[in-house]
Amino acid sequence: MYKSFEFTKKIKSYLLAMIVIGALLSVIGIVMNLDHTHRIWANVLLNGFFFTAIAMSAAFFVIVHVLGESGWHTTVQRIPEAMALYVPIGGIFMLLVLIGMHDIYHWSHTEHLDEILQGKSGYLNPVFFSIRTIAYIVIWSLLVMWFRKTSLKTDSDNDLKLFNRQRTIAGIFIVIFAVTSSTSAWDWIMSIDAHWFSTLFGWYMFVSTFVSAVAVIIILLFVLRGMGYMEHINDEHLHDLGKYLFGFSIFWAYLWVSQYLLIWYSNIPEETIYFVQRIEDFGILFYANVIINFLAPFLILMARGTKRKLNWLIVASVIVFFGHWIDMYMAIMPGAIKHPEFGILEIGMTVFVLGIFLYSFFMRFAQAPVVPENHPYFKESFDYDNIR
Amino acid sequence: MQQKAFVSGYYLDDKDLVEGIKALQEKNIEIADVRTPFPVHGLDKVLKMRRSNLPKAGFFAGAMGTAIGFGFQAWVFTEAWPLNFGGKPFLSVPSFIPVTFELTVLFAAFALVFGFLIRSGLGPGAPNIIFDEEVTNDRFQILLEVKSGNSDQLQLDLKSVGAEGVQHHDV
Repeated sequence: MYKSFEFTKKIKSYLLAMIVIGALLSVIGIVMNLDHTHRIWANVLLNGFFFTAIAMSAAFFVIVHVLGESGWHTTVQRIPEAMALYVPIGGIFMLLVLIGMHDIYHWSHTEHLDEILQGKSGYLNPVFFSIRTIAYIVIWSLLVMWFRKTSLKTDSDNDLKLFNRQRTIAGIFIVIFAVTSSTSAWDWIMSIDAHWFSTLFGWYMFVSTFVSAVAVIIILLFVLRGMGYMEHINDEHLHDLGKYLFGFSIFWAYLWVSQYLLIWYSNIPEETIYFVQRIEDFGILFYANVIINFLAPFLILMARGTKRKLNWLIVASVIVFFGHWIDMYMAIMPGAIKHPEFGILEIGMTVFVLGIFLYSFFMRFAQAPVVPENHPYFKESFDYDNIR
Repeated sequence: MQQKAFVSGYYLDDKDLVEGIKALQEKNIEIADVRTPFPVHGLDKVLKMRRSNLPKAGFFAGAMGTAIGFGFQAWVFTEAWPLNFGGKPFLSVPSFIPVTFELTVLFAAFALVFGFLIRSGLGPGAPNIIFDEEVTNDRFQILLEVKSGNSDQLQLDLKSVGAEGVQHHDV
């Protein structure tokens, strides 16, 4: 009844072409910037972190529905599940960042630390940083694969124990992710500007990647629909995905304003420097960030009708996806390379990593039925209406 | 005052209720009202209810709140009573955002709540006619209006579409 996804040669060759083109452009970009290694490593971090965090947020999407005992998510569940399995691959890029640590994080040159950074060196030192990075990747990968394994078992076995086990895994996952989503954002992104700190930075990064993950789920749904799969998704499910995109775009704006407003108000030099740098050197991008990631999805998705039409959802999702790439760029680049630079290197790296991400997704998606048909809430997920 | 009369029939399951409504509609019997203890999925669609205009009211009231909230602050802090806070410019947009946001929410919420109460004739002092207290607990009730004294026929119709118990009410 539900057509299984087939990872055909055609799709494979498109994705491989994408990866090869991305790799070629990256190599050209790297060769052009050999005397500018900051920029190379900052790009590895940018795309490595962005897609790993999207994969992790996709896992969170499933987890939070399992814990909330929702029904509708079972219709799309296999998409975020397959996305989440990118975590071990994305982890490789994060491990690469460890090699280029000195080019991104100025706190890692232990020999000439200033007084403030010496005070922080108990936490921010290369050894502990590497341990944490490896720990995040290993723990996240294990959790994601453990959940997937249990979920796949339900296809051949409708024992209720498996669903209780999914909930147990979800509980463990959410406790671990609650801590590591914040600490990983501090470690990988916030510590680029080692003097600056913001207590809500972890949530800011998490929401940014969570919105991107929802956008990617919708985009992939659209692509799969175009290939003739996932025909069972109806307007109600689209509406729910649209509400996610809408709601979390607003939540992102809420955190953005909260962070900006408090720093602007208190006007303490060591905090305001973060925004001074961004406004003076990245001017238009700084304002565009808010317009693209808040105003655009807010206005597009406010009406009920647009959330229920895949074509409108796609417009908003694509805007949000690229918008949050820019958001991530704005979080990393001002600290790492000081001045805005955009060229073959940025495009190449993004295409390369996106290609790998998509390849990983389609490969994993083809390995399982497109819906968990034995899920106890699966039938009920077709039997509801969103309120009018 | 003109007397109105209704016939009610109740169900114990929301699925049966929806089936019952469909069966009544096939017989071209007009349904006056349906009362349920909780929102039943699909009921709006079956009853062919028009979508509410409340979201539009909410949007315009919210937009008004945004304009008033922002405009008033901008006027006060530049024209009416400029004050210097920590050397910040008089027209400092970031500090206007929280109030603007709150007024947007307040105006939209008021428009929605009062719009809903007025439109549906509810609120303090509204006539409160409950034919069967159990509709607040576990019964799903269909109401048919009795016109030209066909009460007995309507009761039979309700019974025939599976209602558990039928009753006549005069208002």
